[in-house]
Amino acid sequence: MLDLKGVRKSFGAIEALKGIDLAVTRQELVFIIGPSGSGKSTLLRCCNRLEEPTAGRVIIDGVDILSPRVDINEMRRHIGMVFQSFNLYPHLTALGNVTLALRRVLKLPRNEANERGRAALDGVGLAERADAWPNELSGGQQQRVAIARALALQPKVMLFDEPTSALDPELVGGVLDVMRRMRETGMTMLVVSHEMGFAREAADRVLFMDEGEVVEEGAPARIFESPEHARTREFLRRVTGP
Amino acid sequence: MGGVALRVEALSRAMEGLVYNFFNLEVLLKVHPLLLKGLRMTLQLCLLVVPLGIAGGLVVAVAYSFHVRWLNWLLIAYIDLFRSFPPLVLLILVFYGLPFLGVEVPSLVAVLLAFLLNTASYYGEIFRAGIESIGRGQREAARSTGLSGLQAMVYVVLPQAVRNVLPDLISNTLEVIKFTALASVVALPELLRMGRVAQGLTYNPTPLIAAALIYLALLWPIVRLLSRLERRTMAKR
Repeated sequence: MLDLKGVRKSFGAIEALKGIDLAVTRQELVFIIGPSGSGKSTLLRCCNRLEEPTAGRVIIDGVDILSPRVDINEMRRHIGMVFQSFNLYPHLTALGNVTLALRRVLKLPRNEANERGRAALDGVGLAERADAWPNELSGGQQQRVAIARALALQPKVMLFDEPTSALDPELVGGVLDVMRRMRETGMTMLVVSHEMGFAREAADRVLFMDEGEVVEEGAPARIFESPEHARTREFLRRVTGP
Repeated sequence: MGGVALRVEALSRAMEGLVYNFFNLEVLLKVHPLLLKGLRMTLQLCLLVVPLGIAGGLVVAVAYSFHVRWLNWLLIAYIDLFRSFPPLVLLILVFYGLPFLGVEVPSLVAVLLAFLLNTASYYGEIFRAGIESIGRGQREAARSTGLSGLQAMVYVVLPQAVRNVLPDLISNTLEVIKFTALASVVALPELLRMGRVAQGLTYNPTPLIAAALIYLALLWPIVRLLSRLERRTMAKR
């Protein structure tokens, strides 16, 4: 479903990604962990070309999205993205946030877009807050609206860039619940996050990244309980505490 | 006693002179059609010049936001040049200079051209500041859902940007409306010009006073609106 082949990204002289290979299969949930500055977010952002890879190929459902013949706006509809800071549009209501792309990209008429938007909000448990403004919602609710905004387009893959890092601890659970339900409905997901508990419980595979490369990968239990590399062990010890 | 009477008489004569010269109803009644014609022209001018400047400014700012290096270099050069160029000089240059290149420009065209060049640079700079006040994440979120760069600008960035710089936009519009009086130097029959024509016909400055009062009546409500808006933005911060 999502294939990365030799993806490299440089910012000037700094090489943020040093040739990443990754194949996420249909309905798989792949978790990426690693210290800050390891290139996790850059990798995720290369998957929908918010960041332009310097080299390599990014193939979504058989289409190389880096090819100059590809209409990237058309492709992005199929690649949902959720950001650390939610990035809801503050001048639109929750429903307005969800329906903007339905109306302007899919060109749905207003009532059809609203219907689909409300269904998407219902899916994240926020049907009754459709007319609320973003600043009237809690962080957790805002992030769920952001998820609904991406899901309403019925993407093939969902990218999550530290979706719970900006949330108060008591609000994290609601967002993880939504992600868990998405997994149960068979969404293909690539998640950058520090929620190790969630990774252990829900991920099919965990990748550990450091300094722009994948150091090791495997089933969550294997990575968390018997990491092979010293760098992985060191990182896990630091995040999970002694 | 006689001295006081003399002084009262002198004072009343002075008052009479003041009223006769500056607040002469008879003169006003005679020339008011001219002033109304001037007012109509000024309003028409505003309705042309302000939207034109805003449209030009939007084009400049949106073009700038795509961060194409050579284009931005050009846009900055344009903005800098016309912000530092006195609008009166620009207008005279267009109206009296272009004919030497074989281009005869009617005064209205000269005014519109000079104003577009001048005001689009100011509006452009305001819109640019507004666009830059909106975080990168907004545009990224929009692009990630498949909106094109232009759609993201129109539906996500600009509505927020305009709200952020609304006081500056109104304040600049105020300036633009005041500057329409410059059109009188190229014989466009707007309010100031007609006031002066009426003054010439009647040998009395009352029409000029009337024109000044009309400008005040026109602009004062906008000034009020602006200060209310500014107070509201201050309160929000």
